[in-house]
Amino acid sequence: MTQLALVIDLNTCVGCHACVTSCKEWNTSGEAGPMADKNPYGADPTGNFFNRVQTFEVGVFPQTQTIHFPKSCLHCEEPPCVPVCPTGASYKRPEDGIVLVDYDKCIGCEYCAWACPYGAREFDESKKVMKKCTLCVDRIYDEELPKSLRKPACVLACPASARIFGDIHDPESEASIAINLSNGYQLMPEWGTQAANHYLPRRKVDIKVHEEDLMRSSNPLDEEDRGQRKPTTRVTLDDSTSW
Amino acid sequence: MKPAISVILLTTLIGVAQGLFLAYYSAELLSLLMILPNQELVGSSWAGITSLVLLVGGLIASFFHLGHPERAWRAATMWRTSWLSREVIALPITMGFIFIYIVLKLTGNQQVIFSLGNGNQLDLAAVVGFFAMIAVFALFICTAMIYTCLKFLQEWHSPLTVLNFVLMGCASGFVMASAMAAYFDPQIFGYISKAAMVLSVAALISRYASLVRNKNLRSPSTLQTAIGIHHPNIRQIAQGAMGGSYNTRAFIHTYGPSVVQFARRFFLIAGFIVPVLLLAFSSETSVVICALAFLIQYSGLLAERWYFFIEAKHPQNLYYQMIS
Repeated sequence: MTQLALVIDLNTCVGCHACVTSCKEWNTSGEAGPMADKNPYGADPTGNFFNRVQTFEVGVFPQTQTIHFPKSCLHCEEPPCVPVCPTGASYKRPEDGIVLVDYDKCIGCEYCAWACPYGAREFDESKKVMKKCTLCVDRIYDEELPKSLRKPACVLACPASARIFGDIHDPESEASIAINLSNGYQLMPEWGTQAANHYLPRRKVDIKVHEEDLMRSSNPLDEEDRGQRKPTTRVTLDDSTSW
Repeated sequence: MKPAISVILLTTLIGVAQGLFLAYYSAELLSLLMILPNQELVGSSWAGITSLVLLVGGLIASFFHLGHPERAWRAATMWRTSWLSREVIALPITMGFIFIYIVLKLTGNQQVIFSLGNGNQLDLAAVVGFFAMIAVFALFICTAMIYTCLKFLQEWHSPLTVLNFVLMGCASGFVMASAMAAYFDPQIFGYISKAAMVLSVAALISRYASLVRNKNLRSPSTLQTAIGIHHPNIRQIAQGAMGGSYNTRAFIHTYGPSVVQFARRFFLIAGFIVPVLLLAFSSETSVVICALAFLIQYSGLLAERWYFFIEAKHPQNLYYQMIS
């Protein structure tokens, strides 16, 4: 069985919101019609987004790190939002595991949003139906597109390649390998939702800088000039450039 | 959670309707069993009609909760998995049985279905009423389970929620029925008013138990599990939107602690204590006092249902703690 999902690398995400804007651009222009966009130029702009980047500060100043945290529907393998839907508008596709909303069946009761612990669903206040990430289902199977572009808009937009798209049930997929190699984890595992989207944790990036890396200790020229020039004042081409 | 006015009205109105029907129908059954004086109940058709009107009122209120009320019929399809769908089915079934019950009462249908050992006869209305009673209980369960089944809303995820819905619905319905009994059928007033007091006290105990339970709850979800970073010091510095979002509008209430505390005290006093005291000092002739007891109790139960929403803390709020 296929379970398509996103794997998001928190170690790489720079918080540029390119995934947010490209998601909105793609999904507001699609067949399902525009997403709510109220007061776009006013004091309190608000609207529908399937994907948002939040920012958290971890640690105590000055020992802090900034975590940019993209959040969208996690396409849970046990989605709590699906069984509660009274109309069947909310469903999980058996063929690829994408959780979708049929906007023509949705009565807008918002019960599914209550049932999602992640707040991944957003009610469209213009269309009066519940909306959520579709994993760009109208794009990933589009045979008009070259194969390399059959990916969700957010994945294609990410300039840092922090987002990986793939089948997490296929152990050979890029997504599965990333989860296995980098300890990918699920959000709020305590509720048994078996979120399909995984996050790759922050990794320690500790660069050991040796004195010799900054200043050559065994420069042959220094050997020739021994006693005549002080090596510490000498700046080589390697020292003054960074490539 | 942010209180949804239409849902507050729906659940409280149908609760009164269900309790009212149960009050009069139980009196009818008890008089057939010779436990109460065996007299024709003048008010039973009126109780049925009032109950039906309240059920319709609740149904109308529920439509204001929907984004697409014209598609509401679709909500009956997923009864295998969804308690909301089951409620959507149970509500019209209850209304249907109560409607047939009223029609049989008003047309004076006396068709005997079977005779009891004590010489009394069970007519068609009594049999239909029996099915209506089962439907009423099924509706109570469905309504309460909509909230109880959401396991991460821990304040709701408890058998106490079901018990509270049943007891508060019955209590308010019996209090209303006591006013009707005082007006139409004084011979059952003693039973109805005593049952109303017992149910109100039971509802108070059960609701207070859930208040105590909820006060000591600790959610297994924290900011650490929400973003998967296990560090004791995490604070949000941006939530991805400056002008708010559906997530901030639908799940986070903005009422201050003093308002919430006032609501809790108000519903404990007005919803349970005052109506019991009023009923304790009422008699067969005190229609106004009983009606007043009902109005005070209903206002208290509105506050209770409002507080029920305020009390529930949705784990998604962990992601929406700071705008920027």
